[in-house]
Amino acid sequence: MKRYNALAILREGLRLHRGWPRAWASPEPKSEYDVVIVGAGGHGLATAYYLGRNHGITNVAVLEKGWLGGGNTGRNTTIIRSNYLQDPSAAIYEKARALYETMSRDLNLNVMFSPRGVMMLAQTEHEKRGYLRTAEANALQGVETEFISPARVKELVPMINLEGPRYPVLGALWQARGGTARHDAVAWGYARACSDMGMHIIQQCEVTGIERRGGRVSAVNTTRGRIGCGKLALIVAGHSGRLAEMAGFRLPIESVALQAMVSEPIKPMLDVVVMANTVHGYISQSDKGELVIGGGADGYNNYTQRGSFHHIEETVRALCETFPAIGRLRMMRQWGGIVDMTGDRSPILSKTPLPGCYVNCGWGTGGFKAIPGSGWAMAELVANDAPGPLAAPFSLSRFREGRFIDESVAAGVAH
Amino acid sequence: MLILTCPYCGVNADETELAPGGEAHLRRAGPDASDAEFEAYMFERRNPCGVHFERWRHAAGCGKWFIAARATDTLEVFATYKAQCTAPPADVIRAIRARRPDWEGWK
Ligand SMILES: Cc1cc2nc3c(=O)[nH]c(=O)nc-3n(C[C@H](O)[C@H](O)[C@H](O)COP(=O)(O)OP(=O)(O)OC[C@H]3O[C@@H](n4cnc5c(N)ncnc54)[C@H](O)[C@@H]3O)c2cc1C
Ligand SMILES: [Zn+2]
Repeated sequence: MKRYNALAILREGLRLHRGWPRAWASPEPKSEYDVVIVGAGGHGLATAYYLGRNHGITNVAVLEKGWLGGGNTGRNTTIIRSNYLQDPSAAIYEKARALYETMSRDLNLNVMFSPRGVMMLAQTEHEKRGYLRTAEANALQGVETEFISPARVKELVPMINLEGPRYPVLGALWQARGGTARHDAVAWGYARACSDMGMHIIQQCEVTGIERRGGRVSAVNTTRGRIGCGKLALIVAGHSGRLAEMAGFRLPIESVALQAMVSEPIKPMLDVVVMANTVHGYISQSDKGELVIGGGADGYNNYTQRGSFHHIEETVRALCETFPAIGRLRMMRQWGGIVDMTGDRSPILSKTPLPGCYVNCGWGTGGFKAIPGSGWAMAELVANDAPGPLAAPFSLSRFREGRFIDESVAAGVAH
Repeated sequence: MLILTCPYCGVNADETELAPGGEAHLRRAGPDASDAEFEAYMFERRNPCGVHFERWRHAAGCGKWFIAARATDTLEVFATYKAQCTAPPADVIRAIRARRPDWEGWK
């Protein structure tokens, strides 16, 4: 792998950038791999990366029906935070947040992690009490957060309207070390590192069936032929139900649309991430100057990557109330992704009823922030055929046992 | 915008008037059901990419529950019918078949 550094950029600049090798190879699929991962989103690629780095398993293929990072990983609003309520969530999201801090160095690719701070506004008494409780829980979990006053909110975000017409700002949960990162770069960085370890990343390769032999998973059928596998990891977000059907089981997952949009670029006006969960809107400003805006998910099943217009309206209304200054901005682009929702709004990292087959899904509206932690925990599960401490609470059996990891109140909004 | 016809009051209601209620025709597991059966009833979902039967409530209208047969991969609506039906009626099945000849069928 040709390393990226200042000297290399200078040298290549002088010879018109003709010497850069491809960042990752595009090999023909082999007939068999030790581990096949379905889905080259952030979670699939991070799983492959940690299988190699932490467990020395490199005979791995990552199969992707479209292009890598083209699912939700390339469609999200990139908010990274770990201020969840329940201990298992805090553990895996905080692991991920910490890994984001060193990701650019680890992958030798600038993922533009920007720990600019994430602010979650409290706009009802109920929400305020909820965040006060979360702040206490985070203190016990060792996650640095604090509940801040409206005056401090105004100091951090001068353009905010504290006296919203519907919901005044009563304070906020503030995680100074949360922030954003460049979504594509996260996928590219992992892909490049995996390719460098000799793994195969195979795009334009859709999995259409799953074969079993002797009660175990043995191969996948794809649009590029049959590919044998010792182990199989399904990491396909909104398409998890379809892959589970091929593997012969059902998941507690519903696929729904979640939308986002960006405005025309403007001068710097907002240097933190603000989430207004009661009114359903959140906002940050990208390095290009665009306001990156998201809101609530649709309430019904959908695979079309198109969402409901009234949710966009609701989101924009919420943000105009909170930041009246943006009222006349034009929006440039709007898009949707299909997110995988579980009942307790927590993910699933688990063995499945089919031996040798594992799932990682259910990240729903908030899995970008979890990518490195999820990959770490998933690699451990696949390599050892048993979950480590990070993944164990997120098993499928929690639904049968009533052992929910209920984040639906703390994080019932898209993020 | 999704528009469904309420089978009770006949209104063409857009989704802002309606409340979605999840997969239709689930059968509640009985008192002597196993844990696995109860889990399946409570949590496991078909979540199909294609023909889907789904409960809706005409929340800002007559307030009644009904069922919509629609496609999750195109957002096409095939038919709506009353919530008292324990299975999709024959004319609904016919309406789906007319549009999706290779549909694998209900259940
Ligand atoms: C609009 C929007 C905003 C969001 N905002 C945030 C946010 O601010 N912060 C945050 O933390 N999270 C956010 N999320 C959630 C986050 O994007 C996801 O949780 C995360 O990206 C999921 O990653 P993944 O790798 O599991 O899935 P994906 O990135 O969706 O990857 C799955 C891949 O599997 C492939 N695939 C599917 N079926 C097959 C098949 N049969 N064969 C081969 N390949 C297949 C798909 O093509 C896809 O590339 C947002 C999501 C959306 C849609
Ligand atoms: Zn009605």
